[in-house]
Amino acid sequence: MIEIRDLHKYFGALHVLKGINLNVQKGEVLSVIGASGSGKSTLLYCINGLEPVQQGRVVVDGIDVHAKGTDINRLRQRLGMVFQQWNSFPHLTALENVALAPRIVKGKTRAEAREIARRQLEHVGLGEKLDAYPSALSGGQQQRLAIARALAMEPEYMLFDEATSALDPELVGEVLETMRMLAEEGMTMICVTHEMGFARDVSDRVAFFHQGVMEEIGPPEQIFTAPQSEHTRKFLANVR
Amino acid sequence: MFDYNFHWRPVMKSLPDLIDAAFLTLQVAVLAMILGIVIGLGLALVRMHLRGLPRWLASSWVELARNTPALFQLFFFGFGLGAFGLHLSPYIIVLAGLTFNCAGYLAENFRGGFQAVPDTQIRAARSLGMTAWQAYSRIVIPQVFRIVYHPITNQMVWAVLMSSLGMLVGFRELSGETQFFASRTFRIFEYFAVTAVIYYVIVKLILLGSRLLAARLFRY
Amino acid sequence: MQPSLSFFSGFTPNDLWFLAEAALRTLWISALSISIGTVLGAIFGWILYEGKLTATLTLAPVLDVFRSVPLIIQLVLFYNFAPIVGLDLDPFASGVVILTIYTAALVANVARGGIEAVGLPMRRAARSLGMTYWQDLRHVVLPIGGRAVFPAWVGVALGVMKDSALVSVLGYVELLKASQILITRTQEPFLILTLAGAFYFALSYPVSRFAASLERKWAQ
Repeated sequence: MIEIRDLHKYFGALHVLKGINLNVQKGEVLSVIGASGSGKSTLLYCINGLEPVQQGRVVVDGIDVHAKGTDINRLRQRLGMVFQQWNSFPHLTALENVALAPRIVKGKTRAEAREIARRQLEHVGLGEKLDAYPSALSGGQQQRLAIARALAMEPEYMLFDEATSALDPELVGEVLETMRMLAEEGMTMICVTHEMGFARDVSDRVAFFHQGVMEEIGPPEQIFTAPQSEHTRKFLANVR
Repeated sequence: MFDYNFHWRPVMKSLPDLIDAAFLTLQVAVLAMILGIVIGLGLALVRMHLRGLPRWLASSWVELARNTPALFQLFFFGFGLGAFGLHLSPYIIVLAGLTFNCAGYLAENFRGGFQAVPDTQIRAARSLGMTAWQAYSRIVIPQVFRIVYHPITNQMVWAVLMSSLGMLVGFRELSGETQFFASRTFRIFEYFAVTAVIYYVIVKLILLGSRLLAARLFRY
Repeated sequence: MQPSLSFFSGFTPNDLWFLAEAALRTLWISALSISIGTVLGAIFGWILYEGKLTATLTLAPVLDVFRSVPLIIQLVLFYNFAPIVGLDLDPFASGVVILTIYTAALVANVARGGIEAVGLPMRRAARSLGMTYWQDLRHVVLPIGGRAVFPAWVGVALGVMKDSALVSVLGYVELLKASQILITRTQEPFLILTLAGAFYFALSYPVSRFAASLERKWAQ
């Protein structure tokens, strides 16, 4: 379980997260929606410790992410992350991209790591592209590669930071399809997204962020058909 | 107009000596490059990550190397240090001068290389549980190396060309050896013409070797 | 290291004047070579760009030689070659000839890069407005391409300014040669080299910083 308690985050004087409280259960799919700059991506960075926090706590399976003694690199193995800019490693083939971390972080042998990588790449439909370099892959393929790379660490949770925002429209579908597949397999997911269709159809709950505050959280039907907050109503009216 | 008689025979007779000297040229250039790459990388990292005196010293090194003549730098290691009672051998003078110069230029190349690798690459690596060192050595450095590969090749060519200044501080690498023979036989033109050809061949071999190596190293 | 560090022991105001004159000669030979070499190099660059096959087979390899043989060898070679073909050139004239060709060889690549940087769509646009070839070159290629490669050209010019120190090998008394003479006479190597280095640095550093800041500004 991921437990977030009274989380505050500042960038200098800028207050980007203003006291977030949130629990995400095992097996749950949570979509986080809201305008750019509402703090929803920052939330993900705080969950896996890529950004320090100024107040409050993030606890993953009983371990405080930001506590001094926490082995953050070990903890991050439980938290797979997929970025808006897919960030594939350009100097490695698809297979090497996926196999690197299992080998050097988890200490798998070269052969084991390659086997894991091959399986994960086939899982996301890139079984034909094992030896291709990222420069030879489309944006959608690179994003699926990034998903396979995160899955290869056998994470308990997957964090998606606007995974489809940087893609050409015709490539969005294949990535959403892969995310939907993961959800159906029972992966616990937090998806920061602008894809309202995905949020509505796939998630168990949807959270709406506005100016660093979580305005509203609930089942998709409630958020999309009967939003409680004025800000949520306005936002949804604009994106539709 | 052409009442000059070319005499190539003495040159041909000392060709083995010239070739030996050419290997000395290569040796000092390669050594200077190895030292220059290590120091240049260090200078770039100091300039990017530290403040205060270390940064000032690193910047001074880089700017002095880039903004004064290489010959001045050689003279400095030659007679400049003599003021402090430090007298170096010609070999060390040339090696020190070339290293100082190469390190300064390479530091700037490395800095550009590091800036060209986006921070998001480090974030992605860290999100997979890699330590800062793993992210640097496995993800950032290989990409930087690719970016600075061609500048390093160019600098290697420069190191070979620059080593010819050894002849002005009494070092008998290819140019110094050539001058030695030329002044004994007064066949200055012939000697230096052959030496020019040798330099040209060395430079072309370096470029060819670099291209072949790049084809093997970089498949992306 | 006895009293050799006591300032101005053997160093007189006259010596300072001697250095200043030599510095002027460095400036003069550099300015002359850089300006003629730049014009020549721009023409070569244009030929390389337009001439395609013929230029690739003739001009390009010739210019390449000047970039692949140490400048000091070029200088000695030419200085000793001139009398063979009946030319009576003093060290200054020989130095100017070689530095000019050397500059041109470096500028040619820069200039070709500049023309390529303009891009065909923009040039087609210019021609579609009814500009002649020469109008296009004058009003489109020169300002746009020139701006693109101006920082690179500054790098070449500063490089030639520093390399002009090598003309000393022919006996031309520019700044470094003058320093060497004074060092032998006064035994003040550290002071004199510092003065000479400071002169080069004071010339090169601000100009290279200015070029770098222009590059950043234009990149936005």
